[in-house]
Amino acid sequence: MEIIMSVLAGMLFTAGVYMMLQKQILKIVIGTALLSHGAHLFIITMGKLNRGKPPILSEDVTNYVDPLPQALILTSIVISFGVTSFLLVLAYRAYQTNGTDNMEKLRGNDNE
Amino acid sequence: MLHAAVLLPFLAAFFIPFIYRGVKQVHLGWFVLLVPIVLFGYFLTFIENVLQGVHTLKTFEWIPSLSVNVTFFIDGLGLFFALLITGIGSLVVLYSIYYLSKAEKLGHFYVYLLLFMGAMLGVVLSDNLFVLYTFWELTSISSFLLIGYWYQREKSTSGALKSMMITVFGGLAMLGGFLMMADITGTTSIRGIIENAEMVVQSSLFPFILIMILLGAFTKSAQFPFHTWLPDAMEAPTPVSAFLHSATMVKAGIYLVARLSLIFAGTDLFFLIVSGFGLLTLCWGSYMAVRQTDLKAILAYSTISQLGMIMAMLGFGTELAVLAAVFHILNHATFKGSLFMVAGIIDHETGTRDIRRLGGLFTFMPITATLALFGTFSMAGFPLPFLNGFLSKEMFFDSSLKFQNASTIVESVSPFFPYLAVGGSIFTFVYSVMLFFRTFTGKQRDELPQKPHEAPIGMLLSPIALILLVIIIALVPDIFAHALLSPMVDSITGDVGETHIKFWHGFGPPLYMSLAVLALGTALYLTRTKWERVYNVLPGKLSAAKAYDGIINGLITGSKKLTNVYMTGSLRHYMIYILVFFVGLVGFTMSITGGFRIAFDDLAPLAAPEILIAIVMAIAAFGTIFMNNRIAAILVLGIVGYGLSLLFVFFRAPDLALTQLIVETVTVALFLLCFYHLPNFGKEKESKRTNAVNWIISISVGVLVTMIGIASHSTKFFEPISDYFLKNSYKMGGGDNVVNVILVDFRGLDTMLEILVLGLAALGIFTMIKLRPGKKEGND
Repeated sequence: MEIIMSVLAGMLFTAGVYMMLQKQILKIVIGTALLSHGAHLFIITMGKLNRGKPPILSEDVTNYVDPLPQALILTSIVISFGVTSFLLVLAYRAYQTNGTDNMEKLRGNDNE
Repeated sequence: MLHAAVLLPFLAAFFIPFIYRGVKQVHLGWFVLLVPIVLFGYFLTFIENVLQGVHTLKTFEWIPSLSVNVTFFIDGLGLFFALLITGIGSLVVLYSIYYLSKAEKLGHFYVYLLLFMGAMLGVVLSDNLFVLYTFWELTSISSFLLIGYWYQREKSTSGALKSMMITVFGGLAMLGGFLMMADITGTTSIRGIIENAEMVVQSSLFPFILIMILLGAFTKSAQFPFHTWLPDAMEAPTPVSAFLHSATMVKAGIYLVARLSLIFAGTDLFFLIVSGFGLLTLCWGSYMAVRQTDLKAILAYSTISQLGMIMAMLGFGTELAVLAAVFHILNHATFKGSLFMVAGIIDHETGTRDIRRLGGLFTFMPITATLALFGTFSMAGFPLPFLNGFLSKEMFFDSSLKFQNASTIVESVSPFFPYLAVGGSIFTFVYSVMLFFRTFTGKQRDELPQKPHEAPIGMLLSPIALILLVIIIALVPDIFAHALLSPMVDSITGDVGETHIKFWHGFGPPLYMSLAVLALGTALYLTRTKWERVYNVLPGKLSAAKAYDGIINGLITGSKKLTNVYMTGSLRHYMIYILVFFVGLVGFTMSITGGFRIAFDDLAPLAAPEILIAIVMAIAAFGTIFMNNRIAAILVLGIVGYGLSLLFVFFRAPDLALTQLIVETVTVALFLLCFYHLPNFGKEKESKRTNAVNWIISISVGVLVTMIGIASHSTKFFEPISDYFLKNSYKMGGGDNVVNVILVDFRGLDTMLEILVLGLAALGIFTMIKLRPGKKEGND
């Protein structure tokens, strides 16, 4: 199962990176969202899958899954949500101000 | 006590601005003057010890872990330079009191000057290579500040920058040499390295060490072809030129070569480079000096040429040559210091330093003229018993003739040296004579900016003192030779021989050489209008200054071009750089360390529902790429997110599943809110090449991530720390849900910062929506 999940994480990365290399802002934002999904899957896979009960302590259980990756991912989910919403609004403002959502046209100028 | 002495100028520099603010009636220089005088007196007390062979050593541990200690060490060489710095320093400060009026920014001037004095003392007294280097660069910086003192003049700032560039370039090379030397010998103490000199000389790195250290010495001491910064440094106030750029700082390179002579001297490479470049600099400097028209420019080239001569003598390395070298350091400081001060007086009293406009000043300023007469004729090496320049020049001629125990290379090269020595000296004679006669004799050529008159007595005191020294040294050289020079020769060559200096050597080659210089020099001076055109041929259009400008401009335009090649402004390109380097570095590391491993023995069992979800997610992920419709793409992205939360359920991560579900819902809603304001996906097709590049990069990233994932659970280097959390969650955190306890307790700080990130994102979003660029600024 870990191998399959690693492959899936790799595929999510592939799709995410491909989207990030596009010109349109919306596609880039979708790319970052895919990338963070891939990263979450990647982290949980690294901690080995399904080796016990959920990490909620109870008297009769001795074997739990690794809680640490879960804690890391929980932080990461929230942060990537923040980043995604920030990027979306940035895309919105950039389009409103500049009149284009094509990153190739938003290159800045020499004085910057 | 010794540390306090070196620290004193720095401390004084710290307090000078306060005194400057507080006391307005008295010229700031009077306070500053105390520092070098006190130090001069203090260093005088060491002469007795040094003569008896007692060397003072004081250590203060600075960075013991790197064995970098501030060790100050007084032997003959260090003491002589310390006396030179403080002695000339006192006279220069005294002179500056009359040279700089109270209207100037005196606070800055004296702070820089004191900084320099402290740094220079540090250079000549420190026994640790890296402490020496630190002080060395500090002298470069204070020199930079002093040259740029009149920073509103463009020439000052460009001259300051030039000196900084060249000397710091050399300084860095020198640091490289020091590092190699310290690495080979395992010590950072100069005395320690001298004890292990064999290790350095026999190392395969020896040529590099020597050349890099000499680069530092040559740039600092303005040796050809690095001399070009010194004439430009003449933009500094004249007291600075007299102090830094003739008497002390430019001799730091000489000091370094002398200090390290015990390591390098005796090798053919050292001999060839140091004496070769020294003689070349001697000839070129004096040749170019004749051509100059600015008094200070003549003196600058003359300094270059004299430094070359001293350098050459250190390169010869014989005891006679080294004695002549140290003797000439002393003599040069006296006559050149006084000449700079005279040039300053002329500038100050007539308003110009251009010798084409000057002339006939003898009648107006007889005292200055007399001082200049002694100074220039001493510099020319005129054979008179009361001019110290003649004594050391004759020793120079003598030493260029005598090489004992020479190797074949030395023997094959050395016969040319006397000719070069005479050649350089002839031009020295010409410019010295020219300097005097064109300024003080003949008719006044045109109206000067100011009516010339004799300088105030205070301004004359310092050059008078120096000229008196010129005469005293010449009349009783043995006193100086005994007290100062022989301990120095001891420090440089390792043993003291005969250090008897006399005026009359009898008829012999040195005397004939001196007479040849006298005769040819006079002839050349008198006929100079006839041969002046030779300068159109050599140097013609060549000049080191042009080479410097070319290199600097080339570097600037070159780096601009290089930057423009990769800084395209395209986000895609930047992404590509990052990703390619990520794949390249990680992949490379993985392949050379054999990091990739795949193990099938410890896997979770396959289950149909999870596999099904995985397939759906994979299809959905790639689906986003091929969707032409925005809503469809966003919804498909939602499928990936919800699939992930389902996977979290299967993987026993209820908190994650819940959070992911909520976040995914909100995200999709946000996307749907925003897309309304954004244009639809463009129909324009990318070129095949772009698409191929994108695919190659993204697939290689994906493959690499997969490989890392597989390798990471197939290898086990250590026990995970997760057990700690499971065991202590209830005991220490008081909660059953381990994930929650980790977040709010064990890793509480992370969570707090996460909240901070969210807060910042919220602030950013709010600002972007609310803030409209002001119309008043006229940007939009």
